[in-house]
Amino acid sequence: MGYVETRDLRKVFGDVPAVDGVDLSVAEGEFLVLLGPSGCGKTTLMRMIAGLETPTSGEVYIAGERMDADVPPRARGIAMVFQSYALYPHKTAAGNIAFPLEAAGVARPAVTQRVQEGAALFGIGRLLPRFPRQLSGGERQRVALARAVVRSPKVFLFDEPLSNLDAKLRALARYELKKLQRQLGTTTLYVTHDQVEAMGLGDRIAVMNHGRVLQVATPREIYDHPADTFVATFVGAPPMNLIEVDDRTLLGFRPERFLPRPAFDPSADVVPFRLRVQHVENLGADRLVYGVLDERARSDQPVIADLPVTVTTPLGEGQVYDFGVERRWVRYFDRQNGARRGGGAA
Amino acid sequence: MRMRRARRVVVRAAQYAAIALITLFAVFPFYWMFLTALKQNRDLYVGATNLHHVPWVFNVPPTLEHVQLLFQRTAYLVWVRNTVFVGAVVVAITLVFAAPAGYALARLVGRWGERLGIALFLTYLVPPTLLFIPFARIVSVLHLQNSLWSLVVIYPTFTVPFCTWLLMGFFRSIPRDLEEQAMIDGYSRLAVIRKVVMPLAVSGLLTVVIFAFTLVMQEFVYALTFISSVQKMTLSLGVPVALVRGDVFYWGSLMAAALITSIPIAIVYNLFIDRFVAGLTHGALKG
Repeated sequence: MGYVETRDLRKVFGDVPAVDGVDLSVAEGEFLVLLGPSGCGKTTLMRMIAGLETPTSGEVYIAGERMDADVPPRARGIAMVFQSYALYPHKTAAGNIAFPLEAAGVARPAVTQRVQEGAALFGIGRLLPRFPRQLSGGERQRVALARAVVRSPKVFLFDEPLSNLDAKLRALARYELKKLQRQLGTTTLYVTHDQVEAMGLGDRIAVMNHGRVLQVATPREIYDHPADTFVATFVGAPPMNLIEVDDRTLLGFRPERFLPRPAFDPSADVVPFRLRVQHVENLGADRLVYGVLDERARSDQPVIADLPVTVTTPLGEGQVYDFGVERRWVRYFDRQNGARRGGGAA
Repeated sequence: MRMRRARRVVVRAAQYAAIALITLFAVFPFYWMFLTALKQNRDLYVGATNLHHVPWVFNVPPTLEHVQLLFQRTAYLVWVRNTVFVGAVVVAITLVFAAPAGYALARLVGRWGERLGIALFLTYLVPPTLLFIPFARIVSVLHLQNSLWSLVVIYPTFTVPFCTWLLMGFFRSIPRDLEEQAMIDGYSRLAVIRKVVMPLAVSGLLTVVIFAFTLVMQEFVYALTFISSVQKMTLSLGVPVALVRGDVFYWGSLMAAALITSIPIAIVYNLFIDRFVAGLTHGALKG
């Protein structure tokens, strides 16, 4: 049994199912990312685990214990970091970090000591006397993390904690968050709509859409063996190219696997395509080539190739070139329901 | 360049002129009260007969005789005490009812919260001149005629709905995240209200205290209806009853009472003006 587990968990708002029968199992010490577009139910799922939302039906277990609807958030042994950080504006950074310890009835001297330790962990010792309004976004985030960490919870719940940081800070914060989680070994559930964050942070990723979990797997597997066309196009930027083969089949390949023929080893098993180049974007580290397939059965299907800087083949707009994909990177999907078919283990 | 500068100066001057005018408008009643309270009668009542009389300055030396009359020959201090008593009890009752009600309405999701909020506000629109008839019945059933407690019973009927509505806006402006965070941080809903919501709603509570108290101070109709002996009157009732005798107005003493009563309130308003404005706009925008 997982450390955090949900069984057929459901939440219906009015008659709209926000979470539609989710079975999820997070191992002890694991960093699991819930990834999906906004409105896919990932936050509702997390809030039900936290006890902030009452499930319509289904069960939640934390550390082997059944969390009924009447187990309040405070009794679940969780710490949560909200997207807004939810720092108490009337308390200093130190007061914020101490607040959960005071609730737990920790003695005064011990509180002071643990606040100091928590602050040291995030390098915010000198910020302790300040109020939240006197802190920058990055500093607020650290205070919120310190507050979550000091009480040594069983589970961390993160609701898009990095989305209020600017892009530069976000990469650093992502690295630090991952390092922290490894160091503490605390089971972590992390909600995001940003696939880069999910790929970088998660031991495993659960991709959600329309209230359902579509695939739970390691980042590598999600990327290379997406369970269906939604996962294939939601994860990865630019998304996976999908080509209609016939009435029943879609063929998919990642843009960075789609290269000019000269770029392949002559002995490689390559599926050939002819690409009519429409537009080339030079991004420095790579070139994005937009075009349509100039093919036998179905043509005019837009595709993107992502060529690394090491592929120097000159490409002119409006011209037709020989491209290809190694057969082992080609995926097939059912055109009706989008599910992946054969071709490689999941 | 010079044109633009000239224009800026003119705009500035106009702004200051407008501010000066508004200030004058606001200060004038106080000045008039001050003047009238301290003028001798022969300076006060000559305007009708002497057309060259200048009314807005002291033409003969000021006197304290009106103030003396107010303090020594009326029950002014008793009325102050009565008003403070009724005000304090009504403010306490108002807070006890309006704070939880406002919180509940602010957090009640769905259409019902909104409808109840509007319904509450509508009760404020029923005029006291209609309501005092049923209230008279209630007061007599409770045997509270001619007692300050009748006012303690009646006044919350308009302070509670209004202050509930005001506080609703305040509580709504407190992010729900904060409460949920505190609940995760180990507190029960009640502890969260005590430790997070109330400290953040201080400006709202203060607004309510000031508002409820001034409403009590101004109230006249109910006081007139339910209180008959001078010793049990509140300020708003006692002052006119004692100082307007038939068609004789003791203008000097009336104005002295008005001035002395309004100064403490003006000071309190000014001390909390920032929070007060914040409170009113919260109510206005999010109520």
